[in-house]
Amino acid sequence: MRFAVVQFGGSNCDRDVVFILSEVCGVTTDLVWYKERLAKQYDAIILPGGFSYGDYLRAGAIAARTPVMVDVVAHAQAGKLVLGICNGAQILAESGLVPGVFTINAYPKFTCKPMHLRVETASSPFTALYKKGDIITLPIAHAEGRYVAPAGTLATLNKTDRVAFRFCDEKGHVTPASNPNGAAENITGVISAQGNVCAMMPHPERASEAVLGSVDGKKIFDSMICAIERKA
Amino acid sequence: MTTFDVTITVGLKEGMLDPEAMAIRNAVQHLGYETDSVKTARLFKIRLVAADKAAARAMAEKMCERLLANPVIHRYEIEVTG
Repeated sequence: MRFAVVQFGGSNCDRDVVFILSEVCGVTTDLVWYKERLAKQYDAIILPGGFSYGDYLRAGAIAARTPVMVDVVAHAQAGKLVLGICNGAQILAESGLVPGVFTINAYPKFTCKPMHLRVETASSPFTALYKKGDIITLPIAHAEGRYVAPAGTLATLNKTDRVAFRFCDEKGHVTPASNPNGAAENITGVISAQGNVCAMMPHPERASEAVLGSVDGKKIFDSMICAIERKA
Repeated sequence: MTTFDVTITVGLKEGMLDPEAMAIRNAVQHLGYETDSVKTARLFKIRLVAADKAAARAMAEKMCERLLANPVIHRYEIEVTG
């Protein structure tokens, strides 16, 4: 099993994800500079957080049009797993691998704090080790994380069980007060139609070791590893 | 082939939240101006080589669809001169 973490100019969570995957989860993980493209076959690709291209134009817009994304799209079309975290989520939305867009927060300020999330589905390869309705705590760190999608798209996401996470309060209630960025329906994690691509704004790699204060995020990586093992 | 100057304005679709414009509106009001609406847009000036004006416009439209605008939230206007 082999994971790739794609490093763009301006990525800054790339090494954290590599560390968690290789040292904590114990899977072989390559850090791939975007200009080298994907020379090997990977079981899963992670697009990490950061500020690729300084968020010029729109967060993720330029990275989404780099040649390495041709390889990421081909990987996704082959049914293999792709996870985008924060800037990685913005890149996935900009590249059309997930519907909608993550844009400027309703209160347009960079917000960095732990948030309660409700796990909305346990039937995805990214969340299978959770139970539906679990309340977890992951940090967010973004200024452009407000999920926006047309009403029809939101309806489809709900109907087809493709919302992964929503912001909620400590009891799991999805309320306007527990929505830090004005995201549509408090959504902060979405899954592609094929089910193998997930874009999420919160940072599971910052909550995957007890020493970091929380291990709530580790199940996302472990779920992916289990899904790959089951397929093998 | 001829050179054309293309001006592309990309703004938010009607009804889309524009937090930046709201902050600017508040600042404009603080300066003492009476207004209840400020909108922001981005202007691109691009020099294109194309067969004719229509071809330059078509290229600019493709450029908007593929990169300059995000169809989920944006609308755009194109002006071709030269």
